[in-house]
Amino acid sequence: MSVLVLAEHHDGVLVGATAHVVAAAKAIGGDIDVLVAGENVGAVAEAAAKLDGVSKVRVADNGVYAHQLAEPLGALLVELAGDYSHVLAAASTTGKNVLPRVAALKDVSQISEIVEVVDADTFKRPIYAGNAIATVKSADSLKVITVRSTGFDAVGESGNAAIESVDTIVENSQSTFLKQELAQSDRPELAAAKVVISGGRGMGSGENFTLLEGIADKLGAAIGASRAAVDAGFVPNDMQVGQTGKIVAPELYIAVGISGAIQHLAGMKDAKVIVAINKDEEAPIFQVADYGLVGDLFELLPELESKL
Amino acid sequence: MKILVAVKRVIDYNVKIRVKADHSDVDLTNVKMAMNPFCEIAVEEAVRLKERGVATEVVAVTIGPKAAQEQLRTALALGADRAVHVETEERVESLAAAKLLAKVVEAEQPGLVILGKQAIDTDNNQTGQMLAALAGLPQGTFASEVQVDGDKVQVTREIDGGLQTVELTLPAIVTTDLRLNEPRYAKLPDIMKAKKKPLEVKSPADLGVEVASRLTLLKVESPAERKGGIKVGSVDELVDKLKNEAKVL
Repeated sequence: MSVLVLAEHHDGVLVGATAHVVAAAKAIGGDIDVLVAGENVGAVAEAAAKLDGVSKVRVADNGVYAHQLAEPLGALLVELAGDYSHVLAAASTTGKNVLPRVAALKDVSQISEIVEVVDADTFKRPIYAGNAIATVKSADSLKVITVRSTGFDAVGESGNAAIESVDTIVENSQSTFLKQELAQSDRPELAAAKVVISGGRGMGSGENFTLLEGIADKLGAAIGASRAAVDAGFVPNDMQVGQTGKIVAPELYIAVGISGAIQHLAGMKDAKVIVAINKDEEAPIFQVADYGLVGDLFELLPELESKL
Repeated sequence: MKILVAVKRVIDYNVKIRVKADHSDVDLTNVKMAMNPFCEIAVEEAVRLKERGVATEVVAVTIGPKAAQEQLRTALALGADRAVHVETEERVESLAAAKLLAKVVEAEQPGLVILGKQAIDTDNNQTGQMLAALAGLPQGTFASEVQVDGDKVQVTREIDGGLQTVELTLPAIVTTDLRLNEPRYAKLPDIMKAKKKPLEVKSPADLGVEVASRLTLLKVESPAERKGGIKVGSVDELVDKLKNEAKVL
């Protein structure tokens, strides 16, 4: 058995999710190689070589792999996949973009967003936005898998794997990178934040979301919203936490003025600790909250900010 | 240009799902079904492209049981011109769905195929990418903006931490993310008119595709239930609990 892990990186830095994917590879067993594909990715390869459990880092450093577009990256992985029993990537927008292409071209099913390795053929994954957990067994000779990072603890960085270059260069005339705009926020990204504070329809308006900002600043939190708040036009859709928005699993989730509709709960119920602040003591959010505070959020939020 | 838009019948997103007592699957008996929310966005985008004069025809396609024709009729009411139903009672995995859609693409020769980025039942997020690979076409996944320009399309994609814009040669595959548009509701006269629009039914065998599953579903469980916690009486008590009991501050 041997596992190929696609390294996740941007701006010449190895992304933390890769260490979680290597942990999933260790749970499967066998040799673990990491593929670093991109342009000027020497530093990424060196960082990947330090991950515990990695035998070899394979580096495809060429302009065609810049920005990791799905078409050339998928073609490269298809070329390399023959050497492996499993190909793994993070369930990030990069991994989700490219891995299904690899599975289709190798004529195998993909297993998406695994959270547990039962054995080398059998995996657990959330379905219905985490409202059920499926155990699936693959009969394919090659397993193509994306890994939900929150399901596996990151491996350490005391390794010293060999680094070798991959000479495969594929053609790509179908897709061209034009530009990238990464959010310039001091706040962490919603899906990766350790603390998330979200507002719902109870916030009353978009302006009132500023009440959450002071608390978010103090806690280093990302700010989210319920679908009701998005539908009411308070905040943009990219802030939505829920079944049709972002799925989050922070250490602390603070739900403010959110009643707790099923589709919102689906997006945040894997948080370690949930706090709910709502004036309606019958709100369903209190059924999942570890700590509930009933009251007027316009009084409670400023007080909370001052006491943190 | 012709646009092919794929839709899927799934459990309505407001329904709380139940796992069957024998843990064989989720129980869909007598559950309200609807068009997958990301597919609604796909239909809306296709219809808007037609309204802007970019597209000349919108063809909706679905794969699923007889009842999935309801979702095709919805797509027709929203503005699709005709529909193709690949009818099967089997559980169709993403790979088989992509193979079936690739055959429909081959027959229809659309300039653009728009799909939802994922279905809210299996949460696979695979079919569009697999279709692109099998059809040998470029892909713009998780789209928040689609601009057709001559024989190319510019797709702005929702990626972790921001946006990426790529330019693809046509024909191409686009999968939708939430911010692409806000789907309209079907109007009653359009719902009536949709009943008369053409709907063609095919079987997987007609398309020469084997839909048998590659993955065995061994078990479906409910996730660990969250126990409701306590109500605290004040902000001070909340901060104290978070610091000293939960230790998250």
